[in-house]
Amino acid sequence: MLEGLIGGLFNGISIGAVLLIVALGLAIVFGLMGVINLAHGELMMFGAYTTFVVQNVAKSMGGIAPEIYVFAALPLAFVVSALLGLLLERTVIRYLYGRPLETLLATWGVSLILIQLIRSISWPMVIGLVIFATLFLIGRWALTRYTDWDRISQWANPIFLGLSVAIAAVVSFLVQSSGSSQFVRPWFGAQNVDVTPPSWLRGGVAIGSALQFPYARLFIIVLTILCLVAVYWFLNGTAWGLRIRSVTQNRGMSACLGIPTERVDALTFALGSGLAGIAGFAVTLLGSVGPNLGGNYIVDAFMVVVVGGVGKLVGSIVAALVIGIVTYLVGSGTIALILPPTAFFQPAIDFFNFFATTSMAKVMVFALIIAFLQVRPAGLFPPKGRSVEL
Amino acid sequence: MTTEVTTQPRRAAQASQKRKFMIEAIAVIAIALILIVLMPMLLTGFRLNLLGRFLALAIVALGIDLIWGFTGLLSLGHGIFFALGGYAFAMYLELNTLGEGQLPEFFGLYGVTEMPLFWQPFNSFPFTLLAIFLIPAIVAGLLGYLVFRNRIRGVYFSILTQAALVVFFNFFNGQQKLINGTNGLKTSTSMFMGQQVGSDGMRMFFYISTVIALIAMYALCRWLTSGRFGRMLVAIRDDENRVRFSGYDPTAYKVLVFAVSGAIAGVAGALYTVQSGIISPQVMDIAFSIEMVIWVAVGGRATLVGAILGAVLVNMARSLLSERFPDVWLFFQGALFLIVVTALPDGIIGWGRRQFGSAVSSTLGLAPTNLPYLDDSPEPEAVVETPEFADK
Repeated sequence: MLEGLIGGLFNGISIGAVLLIVALGLAIVFGLMGVINLAHGELMMFGAYTTFVVQNVAKSMGGIAPEIYVFAALPLAFVVSALLGLLLERTVIRYLYGRPLETLLATWGVSLILIQLIRSISWPMVIGLVIFATLFLIGRWALTRYTDWDRISQWANPIFLGLSVAIAAVVSFLVQSSGSSQFVRPWFGAQNVDVTPPSWLRGGVAIGSALQFPYARLFIIVLTILCLVAVYWFLNGTAWGLRIRSVTQNRGMSACLGIPTERVDALTFALGSGLAGIAGFAVTLLGSVGPNLGGNYIVDAFMVVVVGGVGKLVGSIVAALVIGIVTYLVGSGTIALILPPTAFFQPAIDFFNFFATTSMAKVMVFALIIAFLQVRPAGLFPPKGRSVEL
Repeated sequence: MTTEVTTQPRRAAQASQKRKFMIEAIAVIAIALILIVLMPMLLTGFRLNLLGRFLALAIVALGIDLIWGFTGLLSLGHGIFFALGGYAFAMYLELNTLGEGQLPEFFGLYGVTEMPLFWQPFNSFPFTLLAIFLIPAIVAGLLGYLVFRNRIRGVYFSILTQAALVVFFNFFNGQQKLINGTNGLKTSTSMFMGQQVGSDGMRMFFYISTVIALIAMYALCRWLTSGRFGRMLVAIRDDENRVRFSGYDPTAYKVLVFAVSGAIAGVAGALYTVQSGIISPQVMDIAFSIEMVIWVAVGGRATLVGAILGAVLVNMARSLLSERFPDVWLFFQGALFLIVVTALPDGIIGWGRRQFGSAVSSTLGLAPTNLPYLDDSPEPEAVVETPEFADK
């Protein structure tokens, strides 16, 4: 019984750790900008695919590389997702500040595009994209420079965009139909791909007879703690962290005091996205990687942010751990086992057995979250102050 | 003297309003006639069935427009209410097909020998008709009450509705013994009023019912949004705090309108189910519910016609594109989200009104109209003041 409880706690904490590492980036971005980023899951997926690519490169190198590829994949996953997030912020999100609902829809659109991109990306498509980007950017630069751009931009912009798209699509199609089948094959395809953890992450520590703590889960817990420490240090120990906290607190006043809020936004978004990349790296240790990877985690991660309250790291930590542990205890049926099997407790046991699957546990956790929000609508650690909006 | 000055414009305005109402009524009747009489002659049975489904989806779009376009509540969970309406009707059809004392077939697969209690009332048709409205409305009202009571709003509300959607999906997906889990309920072979639901005659019947329901729901939404109630909704959207400080209770209005919107989605779900032949937990997919929102956005928020137009157009584009190039559809849809949000925030109707609005209204002899959503002020949630990120 004690073993069952410890095992349950461990599994719950490890679920919570995954939740936390996913929610960390979300919480920072949401706290700073009030932006709900529905593409967060897809940024995670890019981190996971980066890990997959690094692993394949390591495999082809042979020797010790497949054992230590994780240490290359971790920073790369961070950088790839952070750059993607930066691109997203610069091209889409910065035009939508102050309109959180619209941002939510726009990021959903981005997430759809990213999912299909991973499914169908191939060399012809990359060629098409590069041609499009070159034509559009260079052409526009030339036009703004050598013509009266303000006068013609009204009609020239759509025409120019359409032209670049058309040329890129035609070239891409020609390459597609003429290239060898090896060359035009999609890189990843719609199927899930497998990342094999290095041998030292397989297996686990056995404690007692029935308990086993898998190394991969321990690794994720340690990784989450390291991320937390790093984020805490960044926010509290660096100049940019100070600026981020300042803008989170009061955007207008910060701008008046000379803090470049636009750059702070971009940096924060990149940081949040990079953390999504690390989360993506972490989940490759738990299972296979597919284009729909993000959707499995994103709703739970949002719940962590809602329960934790905006703007406090400790809220997210507690919320993630509690949600993780409750989900595991309910879903695995541990609670029903712990209750003494007497007639008095029988209804309660039946009740908990009804919820003792992973999906039904989610039903119960959601009900608990709604009940919790009746008591603390602003989350565990609501922001203090006199702001009217939550 | 003074009375003349004040009554003159008012009379003119009343006359203009009356004229406008007449034109609208004529337009609605004309469109209804085209849909009911002309379309069955022009389209093949398959296409007509598709059109019927799209019109059913347009009904949900109306419900979403009511809460998003007018009240500013972005629900990402309307799939719940859609599914509840669909399941209610499908359960009735399932029972209606059977003889006395028989059980639906799938119960046998999971070893259920006794009908679950909540299936019993669906033997009665009047109850089912009520349930299609009432069950989604009650669920929506309850969820809305628990959320709005605490002044949870904006993106928090959206996220909670999405989570509720996931929860309902898990529940319906996991309960094989109660409602056949993943497989859902098939309706195409069930009997309704002595005929098979999938037969040509019944399809026509459901198509016409969909058109009538769409018009009825349009009228309902039009009525709700045109009077005092509608003004209150817009006021809540634009500045909820001011409404509260003026002595009104926004919570009650929001709960009510959310319940109405849920009921509308329930009707749509029932009509969609019989036309597509199956209801399964798949309609509670996260993506489907967000898509519903984009139909409204494409057509034009806070314009009821826009919601209908957007739903029909986007779904037509979808069926055309995904038939031929299945890979492109997601790219197209993603781009649609981005374009509508960044470049066309008022949708097709808003754009059209801005371009041709004055020309149209002057030919019809109407006073120029102000667009409800066309101000440049951002949404009221703009100021998010959240002190202190880090821990002290």
